[in-house]
Amino acid sequence: MNQKVLLTSKEINIILHRLACQLIETHLDFSNTVLIGLQPRGIFLAERLTKILREDYKVKNIKLGFLDITFYRDDFRRGEKTLQANTTEIDFLVEDKNVVFIDDVLYTGRSIRAALTAIQSFGRPSNIELLTLIDRRFSRHLPIQPNYRGRQVDAINEEKVKVMWKENDGKDIVYLVNK
Amino acid sequence: MSELSVNHLLGIKYLNKKDIELIFETADHFKEVINRSIKKVPTLRDTTIANIFFESSTRTKLSFELAEKRLSADVINFSASQSSVKKGETLIDTVNNILSMKVDMVVMRHPNPGAGIFLSKHVKASIINAGDGAHEHPTQALLDSYSIRERLGEVTGKNVVIVGDILHSRVALSNIFALKKQGAQVKVCGPKTLIPKYIESLGVSVETNLKKALEWCDVANMLRVQNERMDISYFPSTREYTQQFGVNKKLLDSLDKQIVIMHPGPINRGVEITSDVADSNQSIILEQVENGVAIRMAVIYLLASKIK
Repeated sequence: MNQKVLLTSKEINIILHRLACQLIETHLDFSNTVLIGLQPRGIFLAERLTKILREDYKVKNIKLGFLDITFYRDDFRRGEKTLQANTTEIDFLVEDKNVVFIDDVLYTGRSIRAALTAIQSFGRPSNIELLTLIDRRFSRHLPIQPNYRGRQVDAINEEKVKVMWKENDGKDIVYLVNK
Repeated sequence: MSELSVNHLLGIKYLNKKDIELIFETADHFKEVINRSIKKVPTLRDTTIANIFFESSTRTKLSFELAEKRLSADVINFSASQSSVKKGETLIDTVNNILSMKVDMVVMRHPNPGAGIFLSKHVKASIINAGDGAHEHPTQALLDSYSIRERLGEVTGKNVVIVGDILHSRVALSNIFALKKQGAQVKVCGPKTLIPKYIESLGVSVETNLKKALEWCDVANMLRVQNERMDISYFPSTREYTQQFGVNKKLLDSLDKQIVIMHPGPINRGVEITSDVADSNQSIILEQVENGVAIRMAVIYLLASKIK
């Protein structure tokens, strides 16, 4: 197994600030916008972006929630193992809100399809956008594209994109791993 | 470990501690789901479940049916009283006829101990035991432990007394297995005639003085006297039973701590427990019912994911 660095910590930091600015450009004061980090890996990106928006760009009143999509996936009983759920934490209404889904890697688009169904259990959003750190081009199974992307990469199916976060994995770095 | 070690839920006896923990963790997520405005997930939309009840049930049947529907499974219900069982059909024939309609899972209550185990050896479907005679009622024990965990933080190290008709109770046996596996201490308390002779071999102790038992425990699980299973008289009168083994507010207030009161239902108010105790803030009886749906969703989800 060999791996090459796709993004360094410094590059990640620059991208996060750009994504934060792009979000502000569209959502201004976030008064009618909610951020939803997708479990399990999207929550680190969502938390980091929220921190940057609050501390560096002084945006107040950001609502951040976490959505678990396990029970909405389309591969139940198709793999070897039981799919294990994670915590959903959405303590606000999404009815008529602008929802921004946040995930680390966009690959087949199936997780986002599940998230689109799952969020309906919490109300009918005014619209839904998607932000991802890594967009794996040419690998989509569904017609889903991000509104905000950190970096677009061309990776073949045998390769895996591994996003690591300081809070969880000790350092910020993105690898392209050859399985 | 992320999957159950068993393909059927026939009794707590066959589960290990990790299975119980996995069921509880999964139930935590389903409890959040059933408190949303839309309380349903699409996970089991390709699964059909038959609820086969050869014995009457209100709570358990409703709870299973609700759990199945919240998971989007297709549900068929069958009660022995309105069926061909009365015409002489055997259990295996009845169930195989139902399975030939492409049913993936069977939830069964039956008056005979071991009916679920027997069935699991003869039919191709995942079996959940919803009570087999005086043997086991595993989902009740799971929801009882889950409710203790929710109220007291954990089950390990807690003192639990099961009061009442232990002899005829599948809830008692399943609870003893579940509590012991999680490291709780268990006592049983009731008239000597209603306590099985070799109960101590399960690692529980016997106390015939209710006040002493309550002083010792953190949780008291009050059971109903199962008159329908009694062919002889086990105690002189209901009045005397209540005086000896009924919990009332005065008795609770005389203890130097606040214990948790549980009851699997149906309650005979004024017999094993008075109304002011059942409705007090020490009672978690209604939480048990709510948790029952989450626990059954977790069990069904985890077993259904093992159907190939």
